[in-house]
Amino acid sequence: MLDISIFTDHFGIYMKGFGNTIWASVIALLGSFALGTIIAVFRISSVKPLRWVGTAYVEFIRNIPLLLVVFVFYLGLPSLGVTLSGFVCGTVGLMVYTASFVAEAIRAGIMSVPSGQTEAARASGLTYMQTMRHVVLPQAIKIVIPPLSNQFINLVKNSSILGVFAGFDLMYYGDQVASKTYATFDTYIFVAALYLVLTLPLSFAALQLERRLAKNG
Amino acid sequence: MDIAGAFSYHNLIFIMKGFGITLWIAFVAIVLSFVLGSVTGTLRYMRIPVVSQILGVLVEFIRNLPLLLILFFTYFAMPDVGLKLGVMSSAIVGLAVFEAAMISEIVRSGLSSIPKGQVEAARSSGLTYMQTVWHIVLPQGLRRMVPPIVSQFISLLKDTSLAIVISLPELMHNSKIVIAQDFNYTLPILALVAILYFVVNYALSLAARRLENKWG
Repeated sequence: MLDISIFTDHFGIYMKGFGNTIWASVIALLGSFALGTIIAVFRISSVKPLRWVGTAYVEFIRNIPLLLVVFVFYLGLPSLGVTLSGFVCGTVGLMVYTASFVAEAIRAGIMSVPSGQTEAARASGLTYMQTMRHVVLPQAIKIVIPPLSNQFINLVKNSSILGVFAGFDLMYYGDQVASKTYATFDTYIFVAALYLVLTLPLSFAALQLERRLAKNG
Repeated sequence: MDIAGAFSYHNLIFIMKGFGITLWIAFVAIVLSFVLGSVTGTLRYMRIPVVSQILGVLVEFIRNLPLLLILFFTYFAMPDVGLKLGVMSSAIVGLAVFEAAMISEIVRSGLSSIPKGQVEAARSSGLTYMQTVWHIVLPQGLRRMVPPIVSQFISLLKDTSLAIVISLPELMHNSKIVIAQDFNYTLPILALVAILYFVVNYALSLAARRLENKWG
């Protein structure tokens, strides 16, 4: 049977990892949203070089593993003389990686609003910013939210990559507890439970949101 | 930076061997997860009492866990409860179970997206439930599922890199060993590895896009 004492005896260690996992996820979430929005704007920009940069970023980053992105920060930067901690490398890597998916979701949302609407709004005398704010974005958001919330759930799960780089997250501390107690199975069951505490409510909320948007749209 | 040193004959062979393992593991896991995911997804769609509910709970649990943790389970934790697997099998089982849960959800929602009216019409025309699923729901649902399933395969190929934590000698693992020889190899090797992953995944995503345009 599951040995509850493993969890209660190492409660502090588990919580430290849990807190750092949340912390890294929140930083990477905010960062990837900001970066992803910028890249999305680049991708639909009418300036060609910007569009190339945006497209190259999305196509390249989306098609390489997250682990490789973090390696670039963790092994690549030190060879150029910059050394960052595992936590920073993991979180920044997560941000850079997720931004490509966020950018793609936002772009798809904006493109889903027919261009005739933009033209009509512009012809009615609205400025470009007004068109975006009052016509395009309110409609795009409904399309964007479901894929975006899925990306953020993936982000929380992907934050476990920090464990590979001694990033003091839940995965890392779980490993510490396992090597102390030798009860690997039980230790990881509690790690799994803590991840589910984060991801299941998020998944449920995402589903509800999606249903509500579908009904109102 | 030492490009010539990094790309020496032995290093390249070693990295290509890793790439071979990556592709092989991905291929086996893709086949297994596709079969397992399609079956569980269809069973969930058919709302068979008890079976569908149990599968639903299992799929939701697995889908919401990090793959890294699942690999830890298959390799480090399962021997604890009497199930010992080698590195290769652990990686394949872990990947297949996780991706099957993802594919199961794609299949279930793809089938559910077929309007209920069609099922009712088919049933009232005298088709049995199995005939309805087989002739009406599956052919249409399958078309909608192909693009997300291909992107799931791309994720799977990228996710094989996580097997580095159980020392599977795949692409990332081998490139890390080459980098450990000499600090100056870091950037050329990372660039090469990125290009290898990119070429395969980009080809897959182009194929998915073509299918999407053809069937969309």
